[in-house]
Amino acid sequence: MFNSARLILAHLGLAFVLFALALVLGAWQMLVRSPLHAWITDPEWYYRSLTAHGTVMAYGLTTLVAMGFGYAISEAALEQPLVGRKFAWAGFALLVVGAVTALVPAVLGKASVLYTFYPPLIGSPFYYIGVVLVVVGSWIWVALMSINLQVWRRAHPDAPIPLAMFAAVAGAYLWAWTSVGAALELLLQIIPASLGWTTTIDAGLSRLLFSWTLHAIVYFWLIPTYIAYYTILPRAIGGRIYSDLMARLAFVLFLVVSMPIGIHHTFADPQVGAGFKFIHSAFTAVVTLPTLLTVFTICASVEIAGRLRGGRGLFGWIAALPWNNPIMLAGALSFVMLGFGGAGGIVNMSYQLDETIHNTQWITGHFHLIFGGAIVIMYFAIAYDLWPHLTGRRLPALGLLRLQLWLWFIGMIVTTFPWHWVGILGMPRRMAYYDFSDPALAAQGLPVTVSAIGGFILLASGLLLVAILIDGLRGERVDPGPYRFARAAHASLPLPAPLNGYAVWIALMIGLTVTNYGFPIAQLALGRGMAVPVVYVGAGP
Amino acid sequence: MSGARGFAWGDKLVVASIALTAGIFVVTAVVGLIALPYLQPVAGAGGLWNTICAAAGLARPAAKPASAIEPAYRVSAVVLTSDMFRHPGAQSIGHGATIAQECAICHGPTGVSRADAPNLAGQYAAAIYKELMDFHAGARVNGTMSPFAANLTEQDMADVAVYYAYLPRLPGYHPNVSPSEPRIVISGAPLRSIAPCGACHGTLDNKVGAPWLEGQPAAYIKAQLQAFASGARKNDIGQQMRNVARRLTPQEIDEIAGYYSARDPAEAAR
Repeated sequence: MFNSARLILAHLGLAFVLFALALVLGAWQMLVRSPLHAWITDPEWYYRSLTAHGTVMAYGLTTLVAMGFGYAISEAALEQPLVGRKFAWAGFALLVVGAVTALVPAVLGKASVLYTFYPPLIGSPFYYIGVVLVVVGSWIWVALMSINLQVWRRAHPDAPIPLAMFAAVAGAYLWAWTSVGAALELLLQIIPASLGWTTTIDAGLSRLLFSWTLHAIVYFWLIPTYIAYYTILPRAIGGRIYSDLMARLAFVLFLVVSMPIGIHHTFADPQVGAGFKFIHSAFTAVVTLPTLLTVFTICASVEIAGRLRGGRGLFGWIAALPWNNPIMLAGALSFVMLGFGGAGGIVNMSYQLDETIHNTQWITGHFHLIFGGAIVIMYFAIAYDLWPHLTGRRLPALGLLRLQLWLWFIGMIVTTFPWHWVGILGMPRRMAYYDFSDPALAAQGLPVTVSAIGGFILLASGLLLVAILIDGLRGERVDPGPYRFARAAHASLPLPAPLNGYAVWIALMIGLTVTNYGFPIAQLALGRGMAVPVVYVGAGP
Repeated sequence: MSGARGFAWGDKLVVASIALTAGIFVVTAVVGLIALPYLQPVAGAGGLWNTICAAAGLARPAAKPASAIEPAYRVSAVVLTSDMFRHPGAQSIGHGATIAQECAICHGPTGVSRADAPNLAGQYAAAIYKELMDFHAGARVNGTMSPFAANLTEQDMADVAVYYAYLPRLPGYHPNVSPSEPRIVISGAPLRSIAPCGACHGTLDNKVGAPWLEGQPAAYIKAQLQAFASGARKNDIGQQMRNVARRLTPQEIDEIAGYYSARDPAEAAR
């Protein structure tokens, strides 16, 4: 049992409750824009729903899971009580207040600007202030993760940092730095405009600052999933981490190369030079390395489990794996979605290929598959793995867990594959309705209908998840024992000192931010005459 | 190598990591900022240095073409921001009321017209101001309005605008039987790039400078849409109304005019 079980439960519980609500919105959006439904008469409702869906999924769910899982890792991996639990509760309170502050104006239609903000559209100041509070709450978590590690290191001066903690703190530092871009955009540009202090905004600079956050934030979302791959999956199936060193290398690579790549989100933006677009495109290619390393290491780690269980031959170990185990299943399904999603991502990062699918439904398909699919399914696995240790109670039958995971996988494939396809056909994203009766669009009607059905499969899976977790609060009492992470096959390897800390990698992260973002930001920030009038959404300031 | 906690900047792994990172940056920067611009010069950039600056994103003033083509008509030069007219003073409204006595002959003493001129009572100030400015400058031409606007100062026009915006909205004088909601009004036509009218004109949202239309005379709405479609009226800055009106069918224009003339102005956003 965890000392901070209530704290961790509060984070994960709120995360999944918000997640289920946002899923309902997502399914509704898919229905109303498909041929199954008549056109909605007020498109603003669509954007209102889209704003709430994106805000909850991108800022709420992810931050809460990273924080809750982070605290769990800090306690279990360092084997010390969480230092600063009161501050952790204060951070959680900021998140709750921030979520309410942001979502009330969004629900009232005063902030239908989508979670990516899109200046010169400007919504209610409360929406942005709420998002800022969420981010500030998460910065408390960053500080606590760092402090807990320092406390532990003082007590264990010569020991290698446990892998799970090493990775979680890398994720925290990544988040601290990457959130600065959007924070600058909100505090210097958007919030003054939403309060009516300014009436023009340099939207090009805003988009650039948001791109600073927008890509690396994805790796902040992804780090809990990768921690689960490395430290939960091998343990859950009786294997070993094939290489502890490779795992650490993957996490520090994320720290270094997640940041200097965000301009691939602005390939179609005229205010960014083609040269910097090329540089960011090339660095985006480099960010595939930690994922490829991970795919190799995790497959090798799982193979160890398969062989320990008596699997023989080139593929025999696969059959010998414990496929009944939900963590095994989640990991495998996650890898399949990671493969397809990653392949699509390589199309997006290529300057020329992006031209064909930029701002089409392909993009929506891509990030739902890789984030909603590969990443979030491991959030489920994390919750299932932690739950008995948090509640001291047994989860319902494993069959139900597997059903939930399969439904999520099938739903995500049924939703996102047709989206990729209609994206190639040219279907734009972010529209409240499409005229499928027109011969030019008729071919998109069937795939869009199929994807809407996928949306409802996902909703069913999400509701089942919440039901399972609620049931897990009332199940039969069990003693789950101490929470443990997977061990490496060769734990005795001496660890190179730079991989037992962050200084080099943070220096490289900041250095690359300066080289890859410094000039584009400076030339826009110092430029004159690039501001445009703001457009207030829903109401004036 | 020092102990597990500290490390030396001379550590082989550290040196290799920094060198590799710097190397990737230098190579991509040389390719992106020098080689590719050199191989694919931007048309009109002129010279390698300018090409590199363009690749870096530096906005440089474009060379002036030898002979700029000026439009054969006056273009609207009004710049509107959302904070204009936000808090009009009582004096401004009062001065506007005095000037507006000239307007009453067509636009009605209460700002509601019996003569198929637009109803102005409660209209958005930005919309009235913009049209007056355009009449004044000749960007919009009308036999009746142009002479009236010619003599007004910019302050006069702003005052008239806030005065009419201050008046309560009243129903028009032509309460037809309310027709059913035409699809073109409610949903627009996505494949013709026509947004729902209400997305700018007040029922769903108001874009600064666009008027609300509820209760306006059908003859006026129809005449304006036809003028936008034919190009006789050109004071929509981004051609947003000309592009919409050109793609409307004559039947849709009738539907829009009939529908809006029968609506109550109270439906539009404040």
